[in-house]
Amino acid sequence: MSEALLSGTLFLTPFLTGLAYAVLLPVLGCYLRLRDEWLAALAFTQVAAAGALVAMAIAAPPVLGGLAAAALAALVKHHSMRVGNAIYALLYLGGWGVAVLLVANLPLAERLARALFDGQLYFSGQAHLMAAWIALPLALAWLARLSRTLLVARFLPGHLLATGRLEGRFHFGFDLLIAGALALATMSIGVAAAFTLIFVPAWIVCDSVNGWRRALALSALMGAAGYAAAFLLALVIDQPFGPVLALTLALSAGLMLLLRRSAAPLT
Amino acid sequence: MSQPQPGEVEVIDLVAGYERPVVGPLSFNLAPGRVLGLSGPNGAGKSTLLAALVGTARVFGGRIRRPPGSRIAFQGQHPPPVHGLPLTGRELLELAAAPCAGLPEWLTPALDRRLDALSGGQRQFLHHWATLMSPADAVLLDEPTNNMDPAGMAELKKAISRRSSTTAIALISHESDFLESVCDRIVRVGDKQVSG
Repeated sequence: MSEALLSGTLFLTPFLTGLAYAVLLPVLGCYLRLRDEWLAALAFTQVAAAGALVAMAIAAPPVLGGLAAAALAALVKHHSMRVGNAIYALLYLGGWGVAVLLVANLPLAERLARALFDGQLYFSGQAHLMAAWIALPLALAWLARLSRTLLVARFLPGHLLATGRLEGRFHFGFDLLIAGALALATMSIGVAAAFTLIFVPAWIVCDSVNGWRRALALSALMGAAGYAAAFLLALVIDQPFGPVLALTLALSAGLMLLLRRSAAPLT
Repeated sequence: MSQPQPGEVEVIDLVAGYERPVVGPLSFNLAPGRVLGLSGPNGAGKSTLLAALVGTARVFGGRIRRPPGSRIAFQGQHPPPVHGLPLTGRELLELAAAPCAGLPEWLTPALDRRLDALSGGQRQFLHHWATLMSPADAVLLDEPTNNMDPAGMAELKKAISRRSSTTAIALISHESDFLESVCDRIVRVGDKQVSG
């Protein structure tokens, strides 16, 4: 990849688009770990991808299809009365099945499916960029409102039960937030990259550091740093972004696990 | 009939359970400045009784009267699992709006450690402290002395005495000496006798 490309503005828009999700998704991932619902990340990205393909099949905007499908998945989860990973496994299988059948029967869907599953970040345009940077502050503000309730529900469940504040709307609000953020991210950076960003940094950091706030900050930092490194590497070696990001963060996670075996917990 | 004051809970001929009745009928009152103990053999329905007070068990008969908006804090027998989560002891107390001041000296250094790095006794004490010292009108504790050594039990007694001046407290324990030393009144669940 030439220096002209690296230094030019051609890749600035996709880079900044992905950067917003590289900050947001790891923070959301910490809350998924809090709820033992990390499989939600796979389910919502897969369902969003299927929704985008369905939308394309009926000549509707794929982004709207992805968002609608993810919101529908959040609604199904909320009404399933099953807090946990079982419902997410079913949603994942449903999303995967629909996506594969559409690709098999609709030649036009193949290109979009490839972009979604390979993570063709470089095709992100101004609309993706705006959506990402509008979503970032909104999602963080929404999360800030839900955060205390989510933490109390996990660590002091008796406090909420006893005061009658364990209300489904907080949990549904969180499900919708996760669904919306992952649907938008999937449309811009692809299924595997979105899952990588929401799963790996939170997993490494939550298992290592002291303090919830520190974990949120370090997750965002690790997501952004890993993303930037993978973006640059993918450009330099001229490979698809999604797998490069997944391998970069997965290898980093493996390395940190090895280092932790002989070191004290991070502080 | 007069409305109960904040912290007061009137339990009248309560029969509670899940699919079927497990405990009752029982009657007792919780009131600020009083500590009620619930004792009885395993399976007598003590935990079910507290669960009924916080709305997670089914009420088959009788009534529970408490003023609307009253804040009841409840801590079950076992602190929730925290493995792999980075919350520290200090952050737990912040969540409960409970003060660090007054914690026993042996627990203070552990406040800035992750909950999953604390011993079972430390976590048990910290969770019950968080509940006890939260700004609630009534506090319900289920087996707070589990995993606790004599030093921990002594500190817990001090904390309950300190808190009970302004808050209604009900607690379950198999430690009869502990109950006798901190409670004004003990209800034996199972044989429905009231003593103290």
